[in-house]
Amino acid sequence: MSSAAAKETAKALPKDHPLAELFYQIRHNRSASIGLFIILFFILVALLDPLIAPHDPITQDISMRKTAPLTAGYVLGSDDLGRDILSRIIYGSRISMLIGVVAVGIAILFGSLIGIVSAYYGGVVDTVIMRLIDIMLAFPFIILTIIIVSIMGPSLFNAMVAIGISQVPQYARLVRASVLAEKENDYVTAERSLGTGDLELMFRSILPNCLAPVSVQATLGIGSAILESAALSFLGLGAQPPTPEWGLMISDGKEFITNAWWIVTMPGIATLLAVLGFNLLGDGLRDILDPRLKD
Amino acid sequence: MFRFILKRLALLFPTVFGVVTLVFFMIALTPGDPARVMLGERASEKQLTELRQQLGLDKPLAQQYGLYLKRIVKLDFGRSIRSGQKVADDIRTYFPATIELTIFAMIIASLLGIWIGVLSATHKNTWIDVGSMMGALVGVSMPIFWLALVMIMIFSVGLDLFPTGSRMNVRFFFQPHTNFYLIDTFPYLFKGHPEYFLSALHHLVLPSVCLATIPLAIIARTTRSSLLEVLKQDYIKTVRSAGVKERRVIFRYALRNALLPVITVIGLQFGYLLSGAVLTETIFAWPGIGKWLYTAIQARDYPAVQGGIIVISTSFILINLLVDLLYSLINPKIRLS
Repeated sequence: MSSAAAKETAKALPKDHPLAELFYQIRHNRSASIGLFIILFFILVALLDPLIAPHDPITQDISMRKTAPLTAGYVLGSDDLGRDILSRIIYGSRISMLIGVVAVGIAILFGSLIGIVSAYYGGVVDTVIMRLIDIMLAFPFIILTIIIVSIMGPSLFNAMVAIGISQVPQYARLVRASVLAEKENDYVTAERSLGTGDLELMFRSILPNCLAPVSVQATLGIGSAILESAALSFLGLGAQPPTPEWGLMISDGKEFITNAWWIVTMPGIATLLAVLGFNLLGDGLRDILDPRLKD
Repeated sequence: MFRFILKRLALLFPTVFGVVTLVFFMIALTPGDPARVMLGERASEKQLTELRQQLGLDKPLAQQYGLYLKRIVKLDFGRSIRSGQKVADDIRTYFPATIELTIFAMIIASLLGIWIGVLSATHKNTWIDVGSMMGALVGVSMPIFWLALVMIMIFSVGLDLFPTGSRMNVRFFFQPHTNFYLIDTFPYLFKGHPEYFLSALHHLVLPSVCLATIPLAIIARTTRSSLLEVLKQDYIKTVRSAGVKERRVIFRYALRNALLPVITVIGLQFGYLLSGAVLTETIFAWPGIGKWLYTAIQARDYPAVQGGIIVISTSFILINLLVDLLYSLINPKIRLS
């Protein structure tokens, strides 16, 4: 679509268009707007990383090892190899955002597929699928990811896939529950009597109406995916050195907690802030989409 | 009610069976020759064949699966490749350490969490409420291993208040029986060795506070929203209009009903902690099952991995079942139907 056409559409969005309505509500919900602000900040940092980072995140400078924070040129200090921590955090934000989105993307894709098939066909299909999901849920989450990663080999990409797979059951259950409610509606019966095929009915008619709860879960899910990938990297099962991944940076600094506290502290605060952003937005979205839960 | 319990119990078996099966195939389908992985690159062909025979890897997959099921039913998880010990014995040594840590953490999380939740709900929209809910949100947004390191930096390295690593002062010559140190050391309180118990307690503080953070935050949030929901209901209005004091309204009438969802959350979190203690145990060098299982996975100690996962998952399933049953027992709405 050309930009002129895009502008046209934007103008054409009437006030009561669902998206315009949603943005209005986000702006008027305190936690959602703070969350959105934090997330946009990190996305901006992630996009601009080579422009705003004061140093290269990988190049070592042994003469500047363990420089304390607030030293000229090293606002957040440097690590044991003389790399600027601020620059590494800036580059790391791209990695964390990517992990969050890809892992949750995988989980939503397979989760909704499983959920909708299970609910739409019902009967034996539903029972078998839901039993399998129950078994997956009985597996300890972190152990499941550790096993998947150690089977596939430790790497950032495998960590993303593992986290994605381990989140599949949540979305499968969520989508199944909403589809079960949705498919009782008259419009579904009407469309079916008009001869609409199963696939079209499932993915064009029913699924879009079930995405509201998924959006809440996905926002919260990105936050937990960021936390989990940091945990996997911390255990040596995710990103490998010298990647500026936040969990790996914390792991690098753990030997120096007695004499260089900032190496561990700074990337932890970055992780906390980013995850907090997604949790705030997720909470806000839940209040907006389901006013019954609001307090 | 009785039928409900029977139904839930009947569902237990297929789930446990599913976990057992999944664990088998997950390891059977792992690429690479397990014997080679376990013995290393320099193992001779003879050693490899022996180990394959010993593990039954030379038989067809279906037969392996049958033998495996037979062993599991007898609770025989085989021998650990690394230590040569029976896996069941290893689990008996390490699991109590995790259970003790988890129970202690859950006590902290439940008491504090419910208290903060009630305080927030009764002081809705004041700075107490906003502050503690913000704190709870920060609590669930934190990388737990980072919090552990920060706590070690502050309370061990900086203030030298708490020890880190192991479960008791290593200079004590103390032989545990059950591996629940608080239970094992308790009699010594009255036998002239109170330092055993105190040391075990002292070592428990930092790891359990760290482990309690996430459940604490979740319990506080659940308590708050559940109590606010209950306070809106008509019977509370009736009680209030009868002139009952606000304190009594909260604790006598509202909280009992508000705690129903909180109990479910506590049970769920308890289950998660049993398995999720991997990171905390690694950082605090706590000899629990999470750390043990993690090193087993890293070393490809397959019998230990199988045994560990089966035990952890089964306890997770059992806890969920218990929570469901407890919930139906105390919830009058379910009991009646």
